[in-house]
Amino acid sequence: MRYLPLTSDDRAGMLAKIGVDHIDALFADIPSNKLLKHLPKLPLHKGEIEVERLMGRMSARTISASSVPFFVGAGAYKHHIPATVDHLIQRSEFLTSYTPYQPEIAQGTLQYLFEFQTQVAALTGMDVANASMYDGSTGCGEAVLMAHRITKRSKAILSGGLHPHYADVVQTLSEMAQAECVTLAPDVLAGEDILSQIDNTVSCVVVQTPDFFGNLRDLRAIADKCHANGALLIAVFTEVMSLGLITPPGEMGADIVVGEGQSIGNALNFGGPYVGLFATKSQYVRQMPGRLCGETVDADGTRGFVLTLSTREQHIRRDKATSNICTNSGLCTLAFTIHMSLLGQTGLKRIAEINHANAVMLAGQLSAIKGVSVLNKSFFNEFAVRLPGNAAHLVEQLASKHVMAGVPVSRLLPGAGLDDVLLVANTEVNSDEDRQAFVEALKEVL
Amino acid sequence: MLNRQGRPTTPGDATHNDHPTFTGNKALSQIEPLIFETGRLETTGVDYEAPQSFKSRLAELERKSEIGLPGVSEPEAMRHYVRLSQKNYGIDTGLFPLGSCTMKHNPRLNEKIARMPGFSDVHPLQPVSTVQGALEVMHTLSHWLMELTGMDAVALSPKAGAHGELCGMMAIKAAIAAKGESATRNVVLVPDSAHGTNPATAALIHFIVKPVPVREDGTVDPAVVASLAGPDTAAIMLTNPNTCGLFEKDVVAIADAIHAAGGYFYADGANFNAIVGKARPGDLGVDAMHINLHKTFSTPHGGGGPGAGPVVLSELLAPFAPVPFVRHTDEGFELVESEEEASNHGAHAFGRMTAFHGQMGMYVRALSYMLSHGSDGLRQASEDAVLNANYVRACLADLMSLPFGNRPCMHEVLFDDTWLKDTGVTTLDFAKAMIDEGYHPMTVYFPLVVHGAMLIEPTESESRASLDLFIATLRDLAMSVKRGETERFTGAPYHAPVRRMDETRAARSPILKYTPPQAALEAAE
Amino acid sequence: MGETKYTKDHEYIRVDGDVAIVGISDYAQSQLGDVVFVELPKLGKALSKGDEAAVVESVKAASEVYAPVSGEVTEINAALEGQPGAINEDPEGSGWFMKVKLSDPSELSGLMSEADYKAYLASIH
Repeated sequence: MRYLPLTSDDRAGMLAKIGVDHIDALFADIPSNKLLKHLPKLPLHKGEIEVERLMGRMSARTISASSVPFFVGAGAYKHHIPATVDHLIQRSEFLTSYTPYQPEIAQGTLQYLFEFQTQVAALTGMDVANASMYDGSTGCGEAVLMAHRITKRSKAILSGGLHPHYADVVQTLSEMAQAECVTLAPDVLAGEDILSQIDNTVSCVVVQTPDFFGNLRDLRAIADKCHANGALLIAVFTEVMSLGLITPPGEMGADIVVGEGQSIGNALNFGGPYVGLFATKSQYVRQMPGRLCGETVDADGTRGFVLTLSTREQHIRRDKATSNICTNSGLCTLAFTIHMSLLGQTGLKRIAEINHANAVMLAGQLSAIKGVSVLNKSFFNEFAVRLPGNAAHLVEQLASKHVMAGVPVSRLLPGAGLDDVLLVANTEVNSDEDRQAFVEALKEVL
Repeated sequence: MLNRQGRPTTPGDATHNDHPTFTGNKALSQIEPLIFETGRLETTGVDYEAPQSFKSRLAELERKSEIGLPGVSEPEAMRHYVRLSQKNYGIDTGLFPLGSCTMKHNPRLNEKIARMPGFSDVHPLQPVSTVQGALEVMHTLSHWLMELTGMDAVALSPKAGAHGELCGMMAIKAAIAAKGESATRNVVLVPDSAHGTNPATAALIHFIVKPVPVREDGTVDPAVVASLAGPDTAAIMLTNPNTCGLFEKDVVAIADAIHAAGGYFYADGANFNAIVGKARPGDLGVDAMHINLHKTFSTPHGGGGPGAGPVVLSELLAPFAPVPFVRHTDEGFELVESEEEASNHGAHAFGRMTAFHGQMGMYVRALSYMLSHGSDGLRQASEDAVLNANYVRACLADLMSLPFGNRPCMHEVLFDDTWLKDTGVTTLDFAKAMIDEGYHPMTVYFPLVVHGAMLIEPTESESRASLDLFIATLRDLAMSVKRGETERFTGAPYHAPVRRMDETRAARSPILKYTPPQAALEAAE
Repeated sequence: MGETKYTKDHEYIRVDGDVAIVGISDYAQSQLGDVVFVELPKLGKALSKGDEAAVVESVKAASEVYAPVSGEVTEINAALEGQPGAINEDPEGSGWFMKVKLSDPSELSGLMSEADYKAYLASIH
């Protein structure tokens, strides 16, 4: 077995040193009738060639995003990742290190976490950011619980523009934590009246921008009403690249900003691992979940970094912790940080413009097709299209023509009466040819 | 006439020079500023052409403020992050005996496979007909996990161990609710030796945590569990093998006591690496257990993530598993994504843990690991992990103190600081001195049930020669303590990129992000 | 100034008339290590004996400070916010937490005297 260095002689010698004559003597605490007599009913070991062949076959039974014109979004986005990123995150010292509990030999991890926190705070327009959550959706759940701790209330209002999976995660967590959670009806046109929901019993209001349907939302009036009622505004995003071009939630009065960071540095990976971004105002930092990295000095006065404010966390506070989170998204935060460092604000603004320009172009092309209409007044790189037919069926037909057209809203909101609505995303990776292929194929199936 | 003198070929006089260098660097040890201190606001390390003019659809919400993040060119980025990496210790650097964390070798085959386009370049919401291979990975992984644990179902989606705990405890809460006992059954028993995540998880979903004292031998007494269990007991959360490195020998009686009271048995599977192929949690009475794929099945720890925490469930809890889950039918693999859809298949899904379908990148790596090892290799790995830990124990028992006596342990061995009493050296000092010797320290001050804990988990990845050097090093350090050479410890590490850090300063006035000098000056005024 | 009394949770209370100064003992601060943060109650808060009155955090630990007696919070030591180290340096002096107006002075009799507290500390070691 290529991964196991001990030889039979080693094992025998070590057993002798330990003073037992058989390996099972070391398993003597397992009740003897529970100790397995036979190997599990699973295949025996395999060499690299065979494993690669088996897994390669499974990979080949899946159509990859790069192999077709690709317009699927709804919370995860196909973006270009500079080659440098994947090379660097595979450096052994990053890949095979642990949570930086021994700061003297983990300054590499700690420094990039500090850089990551700085980047996230700047992008969202907030005071402080943590060292990541698992992803946007779980971060959203944690944000709601954090608001409950701060306001000492337990009622959350979720906008109908919040990603349905995010709403489900919050709903599940709320039910289990015996908190109230009101989810407004799906809001394709961003026309909901959320202000009338806010009173002094509400802990927090959760609003996504760009929302699930792609609409940009002005949060200022909601923030004002929240604050007048002692409630917090939680702003959510699923497309972090939008922050290169649109007003950050922190400038619109958000108290907690949480979102998905996958678009910067991280591949689609069929849904994970991703990286949850989480930022807030300074005054709430001690109610924040997750790890935080802070600057300090060592015994010689040299600048360095450590995990700090750990008393909020489970390993110290146990049942009084702000969250149970432990492992987070380490390496995905590194990918984010490297990609963001390469972009800088100049590159980010440019790539965000390209996304928007491409989406505007596609929206124009699609709405020129008879029976097809774009529903959004505003959007960044994704918008909702009403089709003259069932969107899920049309997506299947287009897939058979090798075009991945987008996400039928009915897949995430079955029974919402939105079976003819399709979400279409368009990023910097889509070429004019891709858009042309989409338009032609759609015309053919309509 | 050519100059044939050339360069000197012997080192010359072996003088020592303690003068600081001009740069502060020491050969390969480089000081590296923050990226914000070297980057420029107008610089970018990517080349994208400006789009042709178009009519913006951003309403009035265009960003007016500067983001304030400088960029760097590609060579600068490369050098910056390579230098940072050189300040880190990883498994590939050396022995990483961090107890409870299972820092084993990460095969690069798994990295290669995870980057196959059919896994990495696939969107979670593509039509199901286009992702059959990805679903097959999930289905196959589930099969292996069920077979190895002897359990009936798997909820794959939890993102890490603690998230898996939450999932398992939610399934238990849902099962209790289905029986109409929510109002009365709300106490969770948690042994003092548990990971901090256990009580944090139970408290998060409003269970009342009742601690279970650990008996003299480091394990849980079923009689104590029986005396604490009653009609208000929702569950026990038990780590097995436990955090003292011991198998809970009365686990079956503990399970019986909990079940007799009408509660469920949640097992923390963080230490599953000790028993894969040797015993199955399902045979021990477990109702739910998370598995840290990043520990037992070797997906890289990556400096603290990403992980994955699938939860295996017993027959009783299986119907409550969250969405999504994969079904295999005659037509292929299908994905059940909503609670309504789940109920069509007779399930009562309690909800959803996360967007999309979980940590696919980790599933691929874990499955590759399993296929490579096979049933025989997995069992051998567990045996070797246990053998290595016991070898360390046997070779250090005469110098360091074992809180529960010199008896066999599982895949990690726990020492306490009794042997350091009155030496002027603490567990932390000892750990820091290990850094100078080129080792990552063991887990220290955990579990909390012993004083000054040192929890050593060598894993199966270490050769005998590597263990022998490690043991010899710890023996040398221990002798040094006994000789009273305290300075070797109290000031350590001396040779790491930085010395001991001032954590008090970091926590008293937290600096959690970089502020440019000018802005910092203005803020101070 | 009256006598200083102690609780088993290592709070101290020093009574002056019907107002008492509350803080944590020297032993408590030494166990916590460097204090980095204190969360004090709001002025005017009515505390019952045994209520969670404040939270004190060091780098490695956090613990609740319980009200040793019932009463209303009449003053808090706001200086601790910027100087939590005072709790380590002078716990029974400048490191005090809050002043409480006693609602039931008879509760004092259930607390330990300094001598009793010293004996108690010896007993737990």
